[in-house]
This record gives sequence, structure tokens and C-alpha cells, in this order.
Amino acid sequence: MMLRLAMATLARRRARTALTTAGVAVAAAMLLDMVMLGSGMRESFRGFIEQQGFQIRLTPRGTMPFDSEATVGGGAALVRAVATDPDVVTVAPLLGAKLFSRTPGDSVVSAFVLGLDPAVQGDYVLVEGRDLAADDELVVNASYLAATGRAVGDTVQVAAGYDAQMRRVTGARTVRIVGRARFVMLGGSERAAAMRLAAVQAMGGRDRADRLSVVLVATRPGADIESVRRRLEASDARVSALSTAAALQLVDERLGYFRQLAFILASVSLAVGFLLVTTLVTVSVNERIGEIAVMRAIGVARWRIVAQVMAEGVALSLVGATIGMGLGLVTATWLNGILAAFPGLPAAFDFFFFEPAAAFRSLGLLVLCGIAAGIWPAWRAATLPIARTLREEAVA
Amino acid sequence: MREIVLAARDVRRDYPVAGEPVHAVRGISLDVAAGDWVAIVGPSGCGKSTLLNLLGAIDRPTTGSIAIRGRDVARMNDADATRFRLTGIGFVFQRFYLMPTLTAAENVELPMAEAKLPRAARVARARELLAYVGLGARADHRPYQLSGGEQQRVAIARALANRPALLLADEPTGELDARTGTEMIALFDRLNRDGTTIVTVTHDEELAQAARRVVHMRDGAIVDQVLRRPLADAVPAPPHAPGTAQA
Repeated sequence: MMLRLAMATLARRRARTALTTAGVAVAAAMLLDMVMLGSGMRESFRGFIEQQGFQIRLTPRGTMPFDSEATVGGGAALVRAVATDPDVVTVAPLLGAKLFSRTPGDSVVSAFVLGLDPAVQGDYVLVEGRDLAADDELVVNASYLAATGRAVGDTVQVAAGYDAQMRRVTGARTVRIVGRARFVMLGGSERAAAMRLAAVQAMGGRDRADRLSVVLVATRPGADIESVRRRLEASDARVSALSTAAALQLVDERLGYFRQLAFILASVSLAVGFLLVTTLVTVSVNERIGEIAVMRAIGVARWRIVAQVMAEGVALSLVGATIGMGLGLVTATWLNGILAAFPGLPAAFDFFFFEPAAAFRSLGLLVLCGIAAGIWPAWRAATLPIARTLREEAVA
Repeated sequence: MREIVLAARDVRRDYPVAGEPVHAVRGISLDVAAGDWVAIVGPSGCGKSTLLNLLGAIDRPTTGSIAIRGRDVARMNDADATRFRLTGIGFVFQRFYLMPTLTAAENVELPMAEAKLPRAARVARARELLAYVGLGARADHRPYQLSGGEQQRVAIARALANRPALLLADEPTGELDARTGTEMIALFDRLNRDGTTIVTVTHDEELAQAARRVVHMRDGAIVDQVLRRPLADAVPAPPHAPGTAQA
């Protein structure tokens, strides 16, 4: 009957209860979004790295993969040396560069080109056509096709350099577009292409001869990745070796501000939820102080009064958290759509990552806040002096 | 010889107001026998309600003892006093204080639910009590659907729910019009004639005149007692009267 009384009390002031529940739901949605944001970018990054299937990345010393335009020379020797390591099974050299393409209207469009070995690459997923088989072939993404007005099967003139004032290109060659692909690490709006490594190096002349931006390394299953990483880094002073774990740690450090912001906003959401429930339950107790005194007078035990008042807080928090979960997922999807459209971000990059365990933990925390929010008004209700309260109520 | 249901001995209640001690009740002794009906009257602020709160174990005397059916309620801890109020004492308040979200029947069931009476038994008892106070047809109405007099009848039924040894009423006609007040007095009279032991605090002269004994208070002390109807005349309680206390 006490539970029924608690629910009936909430139903008694429908508009107020609905508004408070809505407030708790908004706080819960914000909490969920902040938890999802806190881990979203890290998990997205992890997904990309693991999708590529390589555990170690060699980059010019002191840089992150494609963090700068830095390259390392003696690429072929480096690749051969890395391949001799007994724990290494695959070596995938990459060279990133700019590519200038002439359109049918004779204008020039720039794009990012990856020079790679198509047999061991993990940077794109072919959507249409076929993969690279020769140095005069090109695989591109949809943005490239849209910007250049080309289609799969077309022949296009590309160049390694372009002087806009003189309208002169350098390192030009004619290639055929043989496939359309989705580039894993690049934004959907970013124009991208892939060619065989040797072609990209050759187009850049002496500046790019035998140079590499990144060397991706896959180890044999069961290998101690950290040992392999240390060996590879020690074997060549010009390179840094970055394991997936270390890369994630670097990402963590770079996203520290994001996580701090998410943590602060999540804490604010919890505090708002707590205050909303405390306020409503306190107001509710104050309104019913005479009723509560009478309940105590007719023999209702203190703990039952506490249970009744706290049940109100728990019910508000539970309903608010449940609605908030749905609201949080909807807003996260909406915000993700806006943020993912930022230039330079991979198309499949998610800012908000839904982890059921983390979501339920955070919403459980909100419900705990709801329980805590009811403690003070509940205790106040249970310990009010019966005789004095009745006297004051009679006078009032 | 009738059982003494209530025995108060030299009860005092002092409390501080703005740092000064107020002697609300000054050494009151009072016996109430089973089946008796005592009306406590006196001017406002003379300590009537304070005394009633002490007798009902919702306040503690500064000194003195209060025994109800031989149990000293003044020495009980909060949990024991709460339990004792639940089963041993029925309260009727001037402002009814029904739970607005519950029906009349549910309001009457509330103390029985607290006493863990099985649902079927408490539903039956609530219906019986509401019929007794003349509200058998209004059991499913909520307080706002009832008149003041009807709400007070529900409050009386609630007070009788656990068959208390003693019914305490604080100004039970204070919020009612004259006609409804008279009906309420008739109900109290019937309750008493059916065996319920009653102590009322009142300013209502008509209610006081209906009691068997009238106790006059002034400045926290009893100044006079008038026996209006001897207890020996009381009709023995019928065995199934709704308000009859448990053995």
C-alpha cells in the first residue's frame, strides 16, 4: 500500500511530475551522450586501426602516421629489413602525397593519393571495378569522381605537382581509373586516390625516390608485439615504431581534453538530476507534512515513511533514466551526423560510441543519485516531531 | 469493577519557548475505565491537546507515567510507541487528515495494512466499519468527493480499524457545521454505548455534555471533574461491535 501511495502521490501533481521526469530524462540523455562521447572517438580509432589488420606502424622518427608530410628514405631497404624479423608476416609500405588531376573542362583538381602495394593494403575497400594491377592505374573514391567528372574506366591525366599561376604540371602521366573504393581513414568528402607505390614515387622524381610515409607491419599470431616493436625501432634510428596500444594511448592523450569535458558535463548532468529529484521530493514532503505526521500518529513506522518518500525519488529517476536513454541515443545519432560531416574526418568515424555496459552503468549511477536525492527529504519526513507538526498544521 | 484502560500519574510536560520554559501540563493524574467517555474541556492554550498527545504516545511527558492497559507508554522507544499507537490507540483529528489519493475504504485499510492484516480481512473490516459509520455506499469515494462530516466519519472508521483499547479525538467537531456536529456526537455516543473507550478534547459544549465525564482544565492542570452519567449504566459492549477493543 505504501508503494501505491507513493505512486499516487506522484500522480496527484501530474504536470509537476511530468516536468521533473522530463528534466531527469534530459539529464540522463546528456549523461549518456557524454559517456558515449568520452569513449566514442577512441573506440572509432581503435576500430579503424584494427580493421587495417596491422599491429605496428613505422613512421619517420617523432611523427604519427600521416601527421606531417615527413617521409623516410631508403624505403626498399627498410621494408626488406623489417621483413627479416621472424615475427613479422606482412610489411605494407605507404607513401602519401598530393595528386593533381585534369578534368574534362581542363581545370585541375587536387586529391590525396596513397602509394601502396595492393596485395597487402588495408586502406581502402573496393566498391566498384577492380584493384590496381599496373603502375598506370588508379583506384579513387566517389568524391574524386564527382570533383573530376570522371567515371570508372576513364583515362585521366594526373601529376605530382601543379603551378597554378603558370598552369604547369610536373610529374605528369596518364592513368586509367580501374576502381572505385571507400577509403577507411579518410573523410567521405575528401578526394582520395590510390596508386601502386612505385608509380607515386616515380611521379615525384628525385624528391620521392624510394621514400615512404609509413610502413605497416603485421605480426604472426601470438607474437609479443611490444618486443617486435622495440626490435624494429632499435634496428633503424630514422624511424619510430608505434604499436596499436601505443597509438591508442597517444590518441587518448590527444583526446584528454575531450574526455575531461565529457566527464565534467556528465557530472553536471548527474548533479542536475540529483537536484531535480531532491527538489521535487522535498516540495512533495513539505506539502504533505500534515498527512505524514498523521500517518506517524496512527502508527505507520518510520522506515515505511522513508521507503514511501524514497520510492518517489526512485520512480522519478527510473522513468527519467529510461526515457533519457532513448533520448540520448537519438541525440547522439543526430549530433554524430553533424560532427561526422566535418572535413578531414573518416566517413565512418563515430564520435558517440554506444557501449551497453557503460550506458547502463551511467544510468544506474543516475538512479543511485535519485535514491540519494530522496534520503534527506525522506529522513526529514520520518523524523518530524509529530505533536508539534500537528499543532503547527492546526494553527496554519 | 471495570478495567482501568488509561492511568496517568502526575504527568508534566515542559518545553522551551524562546528560551523560557513553558509548563504546558502540570502534574495531571487521570484514570479512564473501559467503556468510559471523558471530555476534556478548557480555554485555548490550557494544555488539552498537549495532554491528549501525551495520552496517545505521540509526545513524551517530562515527568510522570502514563499506562495504557498496564503498559507505560511514556517509557517506550519510538518503534515501540509507534507499534503501540498502531494497535492500541485510535486517533481522530480536527482536520480529518485522510490520504487524498486513497479511497475511503483504502484510508480505513491503511492502519490494518501497516499491522499486516491479510488483504481479504482488512477489506471486509473496512467495509464493516464504513457501514457502521453510515458510509457503506461511499467506500470507493475519494476524500474530495465526501463532505466534511463524511470525511470525519471515515477518519473515525480508520481510528477503529485495529480495534484500539482507546479512542482519542482532538476537536472532532471543530471543522463541522452545527448539524453535522450533532450527527458526529450521536456517532460518538453510539460508539461509546457499543463499548468503545473515548477521550475527547473539545470546545464544543454539546459534545462535552454528551460525554459521561467532563474534565475541566486550566493552566495545564485539572481544576474540576463532572460525572454526567455513571459508567455503571453503560450497556455492555456487544461481542461484535466494530469498535470493540481486542481482548
